[in-house]
Amino acid sequence: MPELTYLQAISDGLRVEMRRDDRVFVIGEDVGVYGGAFKVTLGFQEEFGPWRVIDSPLSETAIVGACTGASIMGMRPVAEMQFADFISCAWDQLVTVAAKQRFRAGTPVPIVVRLPSGGGFSGGPFHSQNPESSFAHIPGLKCVCPATPEDAKGLLISAIEDPNPVLYFEHKHLYRRIKGNVPEERYTVPIGKARTHREGEDIAVITWGAMVYTAEEAAKQLEQDDVSVEIVDLRSIMPWDKEAVLASVRKCSKVLVLHEDTRSGGFGGEIAATIAEEAFEDLDAPVKRITAPDTPVPFSPALEKAFIPQVADVVAGLKELAEY
Amino acid sequence: MALREAEPLGSLSEVKEAGLDREDLLGIYRNLLVTRGIEERGHILYKQGKIPGSFYTGRGNEAAAVGVATAMGPDDVGTPLHRDMGVHVTRGVEPWRIFAQYMGREDGPTRGRDGNVHMAEARLGLIAMVSHLPAMLPVAVGCALAFRIRNEKRVALGWYGEGAAARGDAHEAMNLAGVRQLPIVFICDNNQWSYSTPTHLAYPVEHLADRAAGYGFEGVVVDGTDVLAVYREAKRAIEKARSGGGPTLLELQTLRMEGHAVHDDAFYVPKELFEAWAQRDPLERFRTWLRDNADLTDEEEDELRGRVKKILNDALSRADESPQPDPATLLEGVYATPEDLDTPHHK
Repeated sequence: MPELTYLQAISDGLRVEMRRDDRVFVIGEDVGVYGGAFKVTLGFQEEFGPWRVIDSPLSETAIVGACTGASIMGMRPVAEMQFADFISCAWDQLVTVAAKQRFRAGTPVPIVVRLPSGGGFSGGPFHSQNPESSFAHIPGLKCVCPATPEDAKGLLISAIEDPNPVLYFEHKHLYRRIKGNVPEERYTVPIGKARTHREGEDIAVITWGAMVYTAEEAAKQLEQDDVSVEIVDLRSIMPWDKEAVLASVRKCSKVLVLHEDTRSGGFGGEIAATIAEEAFEDLDAPVKRITAPDTPVPFSPALEKAFIPQVADVVAGLKELAEY
Repeated sequence: MALREAEPLGSLSEVKEAGLDREDLLGIYRNLLVTRGIEERGHILYKQGKIPGSFYTGRGNEAAAVGVATAMGPDDVGTPLHRDMGVHVTRGVEPWRIFAQYMGREDGPTRGRDGNVHMAEARLGLIAMVSHLPAMLPVAVGCALAFRIRNEKRVALGWYGEGAAARGDAHEAMNLAGVRQLPIVFICDNNQWSYSTPTHLAYPVEHLADRAAGYGFEGVVVDGTDVLAVYREAKRAIEKARSGGGPTLLELQTLRMEGHAVHDDAFYVPKELFEAWAQRDPLERFRTWLRDNADLTDEEEDELRGRVKKILNDALSRADESPQPDPATLLEGVYATPEDLDTPHHK
């Protein structure tokens, strides 16, 4: 099994599907000759040609809308937003058209929108956001947020195969930092199934994306205090694996919900509410949330470090729960 | 790429040259009558309290809609809007299902999930509109993109109105279609009033068709009350797109002969304007043309009107028998299943 970076695993998944299924095509800004802003589609245009790796004008609305139309005509489009932040320009096409078409008109819209998301590199307010909760709120859309190279490939293939609009949040911080063994063959990772990133018994951390690794660092530090931390990587937040979360909560009886998105209306609130409704009697401490504060993502490294949950923040939160 | 103003169609022989025989012409007249009939009956149903929500008609736009749809090929697709009932009728949607849709019943194309003209039958190559106009234009461009990728000789038609022309979706859609020379025809139903907003407050050029030049394709202004002129121009544009000639923008000029919706009495439209355009009623114009040029007889007309009346009566009773959707099914169909992909398009 070759070792791939998270970014290589995304490319690999896309390439595997494009070779297997000629209905799959890519459209986005600079995805062709340039290979995409992050080089996910580097070399794709040479292999698949300019009509399957389509350089679009700077038109997010047209990109997503065209994917919807093409998918209704039987194609399996994969759109790339240059940064997840720019999906706001295509909100209407996703939320008004794609999400509702199956429910009201019986027309499935099997599209994937790839969204390079997340901060940590001074991208500022417009190149760093994690807008997943906005879309998880829209009935008809699915949202996946892989954290490992293996999941990055398997979830991308699942997303392309899925008969619904799927938003694929790929975390930029993980692109070249995270490596892992990735099967060469085609495989899928089921949408809506969580993964236990780390087994533990005392505190459950529910998280996804780059925060999986922040949680892991913090969990290692808690070992010194004899506190055993379980990490549940949700992998998908719509649909999300409620059963896996509740099972982990019942096992550990204390829970920390951790995400890089801002706090109010972040998806952690939905998880916390569900735990309160369905596992209240299994809890030995109030559900704790660690998230970014309710501000735009700041530019300056000093401010951004204060914005994105750091290992030390998670360690402090876990200690607080351990001592409760 | 200069702007062109379409000439009216004259004689029967010109029409034959454009591809229509006498039977086709009577079919067009039937579709115009059914279209207006559905909307007139719908209006009555609405006043009887049988239609929930609001109610929209395309009175004055019947020839524009029927003319374009008549020019479409069987495998062409489109995204008709709320003034384009004639497209649904011409493509073959059964009138009883339209009444069922109006009434929010189980047998409407959206099974009560959406209302009024927010409907489409995929098997007839139609895609259901949303309220956010012109959000369907990028979708139509995507259909054309699929045809281009697969090298199919099919054409997509994207509808919008002169009001929605102000929104960015129209620009992005036409720009992408122009850049890629996609097989698409943009149909602008210019009925002069965007709710209460007149054209001089909606756009600053003489004709919206002027804008086509900015996207690298031809724009044509057409009298939208002349069903034959609309047909001829739509046919030209569709066949041009089919043969690789790229997009065309057709601006079909009409007047919205009623309010924005049934609650709106259109007090803001000058009475003289209504009077002037009433003289150009698309059904009357075509009827006169048929009598003058195609020997339409009283007997034929009576027979046709009788047949349309029966279609509408039967449709109404059948729709009225359609059940209300079952609230227990509310949660169904938010997400598609793999089986849903077994549609005419997702082969």
